[in-house]
Order: sequence, then structure tokens, then C-alpha cells
Amino acid sequence: MAYDKPYSSQDAVVCRGVSKVWAEGTDRAHEALREINLEVKPGEFVVFLGPSGCGKSTLLYLIAGLESETGGEIWAFNERVEAPSPDRSLIFQETSLFPWLTVWQNVSFGLDIRGVPAKERREVARETLQRVGLTAAMDKRPDELSGGMRQRVAVARALAMRPKLLLMDEPFAALDVQTRARMQDFLLDVWRESGASVLFVTHHIDEAIALADRVAVFTSRPGRIKTIVPIDLPRPRDPFAPESEALRRELTALMRDEVDRAFAEQEAMLAAE
Amino acid sequence: MAILAPTDTAPDRKFAVVGGANAPPKTAPRISRTALAYRMKETLGRIGWTLASITLFASIWEFCWLVGWADPKLLPPPHVFIGNFADQLKFFNTATRWAVGVNAADGPTPLQALGITIASTTMRVMVGLFVASVLAVTVGVLIRYYVIVDKLVLPTVTLLSPVSPVAWLPIAIFLFGIGNAPAIFMVVIALFFHMVLATISQIDGVNRNLLNVARTMGATKWQTYRKVIVPAILPGLLIVLRMNLFAAWMVVLIAETTGVGYGMGQVIMLARNTFNPSLVFFCIALIGLLGFLFDLALRMIQKRILYWVPETTGVLRGL
Repeated sequence: MAYDKPYSSQDAVVCRGVSKVWAEGTDRAHEALREINLEVKPGEFVVFLGPSGCGKSTLLYLIAGLESETGGEIWAFNERVEAPSPDRSLIFQETSLFPWLTVWQNVSFGLDIRGVPAKERREVARETLQRVGLTAAMDKRPDELSGGMRQRVAVARALAMRPKLLLMDEPFAALDVQTRARMQDFLLDVWRESGASVLFVTHHIDEAIALADRVAVFTSRPGRIKTIVPIDLPRPRDPFAPESEALRRELTALMRDEVDRAFAEQEAMLAAE
Repeated sequence: MAILAPTDTAPDRKFAVVGGANAPPKTAPRISRTALAYRMKETLGRIGWTLASITLFASIWEFCWLVGWADPKLLPPPHVFIGNFADQLKFFNTATRWAVGVNAADGPTPLQALGITIASTTMRVMVGLFVASVLAVTVGVLIRYYVIVDKLVLPTVTLLSPVSPVAWLPIAIFLFGIGNAPAIFMVVIALFFHMVLATISQIDGVNRNLLNVARTMGATKWQTYRKVIVPAILPGLLIVLRMNLFAAWMVVLIAETTGVGYGMGQVIMLARNTFNPSLVFFCIALIGLLGFLFDLALRMIQKRILYWVPETTGVLRGL
């Protein structure tokens, strides 16, 4: 098999011809991803942009190792991805904090799994929470925090494992616009400081423009990478600068085709039934 | 209860006294004077409404008696069946007078006899509920933990769960004769299958994201169960336990009618055989009160163990 000999490159993530078919071999089979080819460099910030249901989250789960691909290969840091790893931390859209644990216990959950004693864990949690500005909330419970704070704790929990890759599945989608902008700045700080690569899924064009080194635009059903748009602008980026406007126009046009196609397809499917 | 005790992942309990999600942010673990006053007012209000509710239905009954719609011989109103309290107590006699060498006048006083009767029934309920929960949660977790257990055990559990406890009654007597054992067996068998299915559905309902977090952190299956699944299903399990507390009270009466020495069910059987509706209603009132108190106790335990669960009871009230 192709992956018997180790793949060697400097890249953080390499996807070669990755495809995913859900419920393969049954009459409910449907193709989520087709022929994904992608390289992510260490320390790079890549945004997956596409309409809902285009399979961009699926690709993130495949890279996390939570699902397995039905074709192709995924490599992360010169190792074939076969199972989840603390090197690749996943952050979800909805609250994924453990409601019965305090903030510091949530942050150090991964260390608890490794059997690190409580005293040491608390210290690590304190340091990590300092990086997200939430040391004051250490002994609070998740339900005492706001949505934005909770996502910062989730980021801290991922950082506590010192991941080389942060996988984020629409992490700010449930937040209001103002909080979202603040969280984007916060994320950029954390990213620069940690040196990790980030793969960030969103359907928000402005979010992609604010964050990405490169934007991978997805087609819908099956998901393919339509094009990759590099953004070579210094951060923080002014959303109203002419360069941003041009990007917004470009990405909007790319997205509109896909949304139109997805709508037409859904209508055709309804008509066929 | 062993299975319901918090695991070692549970943090210190100093926030245990605070209320639900709607409570203001709590910085100090101690409750302030105004909060205490507010809670006292809440509690008094709740007690007031409970009394009002009972009074309402009792007065409807009393009214029917007053105007002659309810025959006091068949449907004796509350003031009749509670009024002659002392008279009712003599039916609770637990003396073993028929035994050789026991004086006819020996035995506990009527009030003691009432206590013994209530205690024996309660004991059977509690032991049955405890055994059933431990067994059911263990089996439920095993079914989800090992695929082979799932395949071998779940079909039979599902098959047996719709069987009425009454069908088990003869088996209970064949196996255990008379005494405490068949009554406890009945409670266990009546609850076990449902509680297994409830446990499984609780496990299936655990938020996928929490499980995925544990997986990406490298948790083993055992760690995932111990640190994520068990704490996550505790709130649901306690609700299941409360629901089944009532079921246990219902079943224990059926079991006790088959001759277990003494117990509430036995007194009701006596009332039936001697055509004494007043005694039946007296027992019903007593059981209602006991069930209510036990539910209250469980709710308080629930609040203490599940300090992280927001208070949602009555959120839809008046909607």
C-alpha cells in the first residue's frame, strides 16, 4: 500500500487525493469529499470557506482523526493520520466544556488523562489561562461564563496540550458580531504566540479575510477545493481597505456560484422524489 | 448510593449550595442574607401552595359528602378516615399473637405498630430501588461498553421489559416463599428492565463533542467512561431514579398483599377483606405522604450531587 513508506516533507498537513463517502456501500451512500489535495505549512493559517454542508467540517474531522477517509491519504507532521492525537486539537462550534468541571479542571483535562497530578495541572492551567486572559475565572464553572469566555476556555484547553495544529470548526459562529471580532483578534494573538498551524472552518467571508494566510474555497456536494486564494496582507487587517474589498468581491463571487449550485441541486432532488 | 456518588473527577463541593443558571454570578460561596430571605420566601410559598392544593381537593370531597353525593360508607371523606386516627391504628397491629407463648396483650402499642408497618414497607422500597439501580446501571453501562454484551443481553432485556410486575408475582412466591425477599424481588424485577433501557438511552444521549474532546486528548475507553460518560449521564439517571421511586411504591403494595407479615399492602388487603374503605383511604393518604417526602429527599440529594445542572423545573410554568 502507498502509505507503507513514510511520506517526508516539511509540511504540517498533507492531503493527497482524500475522499470521503458516508455510509459507503449502502443505498444511503453519499459523497462528502472528492479528491482533496492540500498542503499546510507549519505555522500557517488556512481557512476553509464554503457553503453549509459542503464537507469542509468533514475534512477537519478527517484531519483530526475522528473519522477515517475512504480514499487517499492524510499526513500530519510526517505521520499518517489514523487516530486522534493531542498534537491536533479540535475546537467545536458549540460549547464542549465539561459542565461538571471548573474552568481550570476543564483546561487541564488532557493532562488529567495523562495522569499528571492535580497540583501540577493547576499550575499549567493557570499559565494557559493567563494566555487567554481568564486567570480570574479559574475556579468558576462553565455555566457562569459568557459564550465568548467559554470559547476562550476551549482554546486554552486545546493550547494546554501544546498542539502543533489547531483545528477549529466554526468556533465563533454562535457568538454575536462584536464578540466575534474580538475573538478573531484574540485568536490571531494566540496563533502567533504558539507557532501552531491553524485550520479554521467558516462560511463567513469577512472572517476568512480577517484571519487567513490562504483561503481554500470549497465546492458543494461533493466537497472539492475549488481554488485557493492567498491573502498577503499585514495583520491587523482593515475590513474596509480597498484590498479587503477586492477580496470580498472575489470570494463572494466564488461562493455565490456554489450556493446557487447547491440550491439548484436541492430543488432537483426534491423534484425527483 | 455507590453508583450515584460523584466520581473523583468531581471538583470540590463548595459551590454546592448555589442555585441554577438563572442565579446571579456567584463569587462568594456563602449565600447573602437577602438571598437567604428570598429562598425562605420561596420555600414558604411552595409549602403554601401544596397545602392549598390538598385543601382544594379535600374540600370538593367534603362538599360531596355534605350534600349527600358521596356515601360515607363507600367514599368516606378525609375528616372521617383521618379523624378516627386512633381507631385506624388498631388495624396496623403487628403482634404475633398466634405464636406459642405470646400473651394476647403483648405486642407494640398501636403507634409503634404503625411505625413498624411504615418502616417495613419503606425498607422494601429502598432496598429494592437500591438493588435495581445498581444492577441496572451496571448492566446498562456494560451493554454499551462491550459490544458482545450488547448483542447477547439487550434483546432479552427489551423482550422482558413490557412484562407487568404482576406476572412475576407467582415466580416471586415460588422462589422466595413469603417474607421480605419476594417483595424486594418484585420491586427489583419491576424496575430493572426499564432502568437498563433508560441507562442506555442516557449514554446514547451524551453530547458527541464531549466524547470527541476526550478522544482527541487521547483518553482510553475506560477513561472516557469514567471521566466523561458517567458524570454526563448522572443528571438523567437521578431523574430516572425519582420516576422509579414512585414505581417502586406501587409495586411494593402488590407484593405485600401476598403475605409478608406486615406492611402497607397487607393492611390494604385487610381493609379489602373486611370491607373498610375508610382504612383504604387512610393508607392511600399515608403512602402519598411517604412518596412525597421521599421524592423531596431525592430532589435535595439531586441538587447537592448535581451542582452543575441548571434548574429547569417549572420553566414552562404558565406558558
